Amino acid sequence: MEGNIFQYDFIIKGLLGAVFASITAGLAGTYVVSKRMVFLSGGITHASFGGIGIGYFLGINPVIGAAVFGIMSALGVEYLSVKQKIREDSAIGILWAFGMAIGIIFIYLTPGYTPNLMSYLFGSILTVTNADIIALGTMSFILILYFSVFYRTILYISFDEVFARTYSSYVNLFKYFTTSLIALTIVLNIRMAGVVLVISLLTIPPNIAMLFTKIYFKIVAWSILAGFVGTATGYVISYFAGIPVGATIIFTLVIIWVVAKGLSQLLLKLSNKKLVEIKL
Amino acid sequence: MANLFEMHSLSASYGTVTVLKDVNFKVSENDFIGVIGPNGGGKTTLLKIILGLLKPVQGEIVFNKDLLNSNRIGYLPQMSTGDVNYPVTVNDIVLSGLMIRKGIISRMTSSDRKKARIVIDELGLSEMSGATINELSGGQMQRVFLGRAIIGDPKLLLLDEPGNFVDTTFENDFYEKLRELNKRMAILMVSHDVGTISSHIKSFACVNRSLHYHPSHEITNEDLLAYGCPIQLVTHGEVPHTVLKYHK
Repeated sequence: MEGNIFQYDFIIKGLLGAVFASITAGLAGTYVVSKRMVFLSGGITHASFGGIGIGYFLGINPVIGAAVFGIMSALGVEYLSVKQKIREDSAIGILWAFGMAIGIIFIYLTPGYTPNLMSYLFGSILTVTNADIIALGTMSFILILYFSVFYRTILYISFDEVFARTYSSYVNLFKYFTTSLIALTIVLNIRMAGVVLVISLLTIPPNIAMLFTKIYFKIVAWSILAGFVGTATGYVISYFAGIPVGATIIFTLVIIWVVAKGLSQLLLKLSNKKLVEIKL
Repeated sequence: MANLFEMHSLSASYGTVTVLKDVNFKVSENDFIGVIGPNGGGKTTLLKIILGLLKPVQGEIVFNKDLLNSNRIGYLPQMSTGDVNYPVTVNDIVLSGLMIRKGIISRMTSSDRKKARIVIDELGLSEMSGATINELSGGQMQRVFLGRAIIGDPKLLLLDEPGNFVDTTFENDFYEKLRELNKRMAILMVSHDVGTISSHIKSFACVNRSLHYHPSHEITNEDLLAYGCPIQLVTHGEVPHTVLKYHK
């Protein structure tokens, strides 16, 4: 009986986690991929490991530490590249490794054994708490609200910032706020996929979607669906095969991408053939 | 004829580098002014001042109240400003020209969409309205960005190097379109291609740190030398152009 309740709880948690991870990663991922911020997002992810380490050391929730580090590194890259004239990719490279170094130092300094460390690096559904699920659910709600209310403003600023500045004085505010939301999304998803793998959760689904559509809100919708299929399938496989869940999800997503890529090329060939036939 | 804006002894600089010095310049309704000058001479800076992206360090720019209140300045930037691989449609780009009058919570109404359709049809892009930007040719892209600039019925249209959109087949169409638009708005066109634009503009201004206005569309080497505007005149074979006066 007790085992059943545990199992039920595990399934609900996994399902909700998959839904919220796909929604947040789909919305944030489409923004990141369209705006070519994948490397920046990778930097944010790894820099946030510094916050996890400090969280362990101080005995506070590592996710809170990671959130602070994530947002600060996102804004830090902007500060270093715009104000200090350091190349953006170099600034990312510096903060990326700096965050990891801080994380490793503080975890080393933390007395005793750190049992959940592996779950932060590679993700684990077993260590996901109800609070994590609630946080991801809240983030999903915030992102859906934010992107639907400010859809055009966000779209136009990221498409053509120079032109947007000619009509809006809020360009920087929106840029920084959106980047901060992306950083938070990444940090909350670290619990699911881990520092090392979370960036794929953001980048693979939009790339699957973009094989079939080039319209922004459709890319978001298809990313969420692709993300959910990949995450849920990954769970099931990892559960039955007894392999790590984060890695299984990413592996599943890549397989979906490969299949979708083949499918889209097949569709392209067929439609080209049709065009040739019509021409003849 | 009402002036749209007037610049009084205006200077602009980036840090310690003065780019424009003591500029006096005005634009009236129905003007079609070519802004020429060497690279780095301050042409784009002049546009930035008009767009309010850069504040003058000295002097002032005074706008006509109508122009200021209704934000009626259209702007066609150099092609490089937008990301041509961004997932955004022709229709959405044209609609973005209306953002100037909308707040940050921006819903497009059905009359906005209708307006976009009219502009898209007018520019001969009806079939492309659902296409994304990377599916367009250079000439089509230029027309899309022109659509974005004119959807708000501007009183003043600013064009930054429209010749950069290499698509010579559409070049004549484009200038023809501008001539039509000039009936309802003033146009200020920045270009380094004096030869091509001289047959389309009504007057020109030469910008090289200082600004000299010349109320004729004929540009001669003499003028350019006198104004300290060292640019080469280029003649184009197949493009219609004004033959310049002979001078010693």
